[in-house]
Amino acid sequence: MSNIDWVLVILFVGFVLSGWVNIYSAVLDQEHINILDTSQKYGKQLGLILSSGVLVFIILMLDGKFFEKYSGLIYMVSMVSLIGLFIFGKEVAGATSWYGIGSFSLQPSEFAKFATALALANFLSSPNISLKKVKTQIKAFAIILLPAIIIIPQPDPGSALVYAAYLFVLYREGLNGHYIFIGFLTAFLFILSIIIDYTYIIGIATILTITVSVIRKRKKKSISIILSYFLLSTLFLTSFDYVYDNILEDRHRNRLEIMLGIKHDPSGVGYNQHQSMVAIGSGGWTGKGFLEGTQTKGDFVPEQSTDFIFCTVGEEWGFAGSALFIILFSGFIARILFKAEQQKLAFSRIYGYSVAMIFFFHFAINIAMVTGIAPVIGIPLPFYSYGGSSLWGFTILLFIFIKLDSENHSVL
Amino acid sequence: MNRNLLAFAMLFLITIIFISRLFFLQVVNDSFKFESEKNARQRLVQYPERGYIYDRNNVLLVTNQPAYDLMVVPRNIETIDTLEFCKLINITKDSFLKRMKKAKTYSWRKPTIFVGELSKENFAFFQEKMFKFPGFYIQKKSLRKYPINSSSNVLGYVSEVSTWTLRNDSTGHYKLGDQIGTGGIEKSYEKELRGKAGVKYFVVDVHNRIQGSYSKNKFDTIPVNGKDITSTVDINLQQLGERLMSNKRGGIIAIEPKTGEILASITAPSYNPNLLVGRKRSINYSKLLDSVGKPLFDRGLLAEYPPGSPFKLINGLIALQEGVISTRTSWTCHHGFHHGSLHVKCHCGIHDSPQALHSSILRSCNNYFCQTYKLSIENYETAEIGMNVWSNHVKSFGFGKFLNNDLPTGRKGLVPSVAMYDRVYGKGRWKATFNISNAIGQGELLVTPIQLANMSAIIANKGWYYTPHIVKKIDGIDIDNPKFTEKKYTTIDELHFDPIINGMTAVFESERGTARASRIPEIILAGKTGTAQNAHGQDHSIFVAFGPVDDPKIAIAVFVENGYWGSRWAAPIATLMIEKYLNGEISRKKLEERIENGSLLDEYYKQEHPEKDED
Ligand SMILES: [Zn+2]
Repeated sequence: MSNIDWVLVILFVGFVLSGWVNIYSAVLDQEHINILDTSQKYGKQLGLILSSGVLVFIILMLDGKFFEKYSGLIYMVSMVSLIGLFIFGKEVAGATSWYGIGSFSLQPSEFAKFATALALANFLSSPNISLKKVKTQIKAFAIILLPAIIIIPQPDPGSALVYAAYLFVLYREGLNGHYIFIGFLTAFLFILSIIIDYTYIIGIATILTITVSVIRKRKKKSISIILSYFLLSTLFLTSFDYVYDNILEDRHRNRLEIMLGIKHDPSGVGYNQHQSMVAIGSGGWTGKGFLEGTQTKGDFVPEQSTDFIFCTVGEEWGFAGSALFIILFSGFIARILFKAEQQKLAFSRIYGYSVAMIFFFHFAINIAMVTGIAPVIGIPLPFYSYGGSSLWGFTILLFIFIKLDSENHSVL
Repeated sequence: MNRNLLAFAMLFLITIIFISRLFFLQVVNDSFKFESEKNARQRLVQYPERGYIYDRNNVLLVTNQPAYDLMVVPRNIETIDTLEFCKLINITKDSFLKRMKKAKTYSWRKPTIFVGELSKENFAFFQEKMFKFPGFYIQKKSLRKYPINSSSNVLGYVSEVSTWTLRNDSTGHYKLGDQIGTGGIEKSYEKELRGKAGVKYFVVDVHNRIQGSYSKNKFDTIPVNGKDITSTVDINLQQLGERLMSNKRGGIIAIEPKTGEILASITAPSYNPNLLVGRKRSINYSKLLDSVGKPLFDRGLLAEYPPGSPFKLINGLIALQEGVISTRTSWTCHHGFHHGSLHVKCHCGIHDSPQALHSSILRSCNNYFCQTYKLSIENYETAEIGMNVWSNHVKSFGFGKFLNNDLPTGRKGLVPSVAMYDRVYGKGRWKATFNISNAIGQGELLVTPIQLANMSAIIANKGWYYTPHIVKKIDGIDIDNPKFTEKKYTTIDELHFDPIINGMTAVFESERGTARASRIPEIILAGKTGTAQNAHGQDHSIFVAFGPVDDPKIAIAVFVENGYWGSRWAAPIATLMIEKYLNGEISRKKLEERIENGSLLDEYYKQEHPEKDED
């Protein structure tokens, strides 16, 4: 116990408690003013926080080796629970991502994150593994993509997107940088293809490819790389066009198009985001004060207690409060990254890195969404958003690492 | 590159991006703050004062009166004592529920007029108790008020802007519930009169009570009042005309010849302009619309009548201009104009000796003007060419086309054309005698009283006119619209007007003049009586005049529907008006009284119930 990283624990407790207070403010009902009232979301969230404490206790009691040993099993159980949704799942807001147990809902995709992290860490830390080998790469990608592929059709593209975080883990563990580059390229081309017709982009890519090839004609190797990028881009673009028109639903398309400024529609699909920006923007330097947010009170921002909880922070605590939050959360992720690098065991390092990247993705996508930088992709802000599954999932994700880290010193 | 740096770099980058974004949203950009405070802020529209309207002597004709709308914002309503509320503003509970439902359907968040234009008492009661009714507040607006019950046709009225106008208003000036000028000067000078609304924001508490100004009035806009308009009408003259026309139907237009300013524009019957103000407007409007005398129909501008004998003046001028007659050219009238089987009767009474232009005007001889008209048309190789020349002359007096002035309504009238007769008789198969009625202002010819008054002004000016207009000054500055400040010339040379004017003078001054009975002591006038045939009933009484002859200050045209003949109603009315305008008072009190009390209602009743006539 004495080797626990208290910095992370204190930040965790701070996030969870301030998240609770913000949920209270976001959904406060004048008739249920007691923060402990369990008929309200804030009362429930307290129960969830306390039960998370139990989870923390259990994890810290377990032996660190336990997670490595049973990572395969945990992963399998998790995948089965995801597949089971197709049969037993409950539909909430158009997505079949939940199991309903009485009045209680459980979202297995929140637990699949740490399961995948464990499985990936276990696989990559086994002897004689090198990400330079194609076979290893295929296996590693299979571990990552399996949950994502199951989650997409539920449909929950937001949660699926988070699995891209593991790509950075693979890079850290030796995967060729081209994959990351291709990842960025993919995202870039995807957005570009929404704005302009993909045939033009292919045309531009062709010209670029030829130009670069001519300039660097002496290096045969680089030419082949450039050519393969070109072919990949072309392939991507044509398939994006297909994905965009046939796989994405109207709501996703609308969100993307509004985001990219193709559609302007403040009272339609972009309503949430616009209201969210209004709420945050109205906070000014120091905010309106606790429980004083007018936007927050007026139910202007739907999903304010879940995905849009940051609005409340922005409105009531202003630039001072929200900037402090950004810095603390970045610091929190940086601390995990830093700690992961210190791990002597590959398993702990890879797991820790996965944790950091998952938090990073959630943080980056959520804040970008509520501040209007990115389209509305429904994913929660760790520890802040209301919801049992996500709170538990993130708590487990974090505390397994804290546990692993606490045993680091004893590794020779 | 060290592989663990990428993650730190991304983290650092995203932190910078987020903090700058937040800085922009929260600190730099003001608009979000403004938008978010919608609930804690009340927006009160500051209606501008619509411009006043004065007569040419600065008598106030249109002013404003405050009115108070009771507004509601449904989402701000809390539990209230409905009974007390209903009592305060004098509505039933049923009506309350209906209004509330309507307001909620319109918008939950936007203010709606709950009760429009509260009475002064209701307003006072409600304002005292307003704090008890969160969600309700009072918005002041301004309504029109007409201190003098007159000239409703000239002034027009304002009404709520229509949805059609709203949809087609590209300037975005109007919004639902705004007022807009809908007739008369209110309509044609809407842009000048309306001003620009301002907005004032207040901080309110949860009960919607005003706590003070919002953001030090930073977002407020100040209303700009409308401009005042000085009309060309003389309200005394206008009121006299309306009085003289009581129990009669018709129109009077008086123009100052030297300027084209309309001194009076009267339609009868008329209505009290205060009827079309405020809450009762739409009810009164439909009543007026259904009224049998059609008070909303401005006869001075819109009624198209055959001009009758005054049109002989035009035919005389055309014949002089075309050189087909001289002032000495004479014909003997054998009780009318006879050509083959064509007979136009005449009651001029001079059947023993040939008469020339002068006596033909003063006795209004039909034969004389039929002869001159025939000569004018036959002066050319074909009747078509002659007809074209003739109709060009006529049109140069403003007949057969819109005057295109600053009144929102008008009619073209009708000047027959070659094409018209070609259609009826076939090309080249007609001649002057086919349309000889043009000679005496009957037949197809149609003119409006304002066109006829303009003709009178043209004769007074000996050949030119300014387009008759109704507005003299805007905010005290003379109008400079070239439409009204550029002279328009007719096709008739100045010298030809003298014999015509002499004839018109004799209409009053000669022993046998048709309007001798309407002379004004010590002022010499020029005029011409007219009687327009009316297929549906008694003939219309028409008169045109101007005076004084040596320096004309007023030109006038009077139409009295079913008024028998010109000298019976129209001539006395015209000369009473002229006398009033020139002298400031009327010396012929008895005449004034007789005309004012005279009624033609029986005639109108007969015309509207023809079957009774046959029994
Ligand atoms: Zn005669």
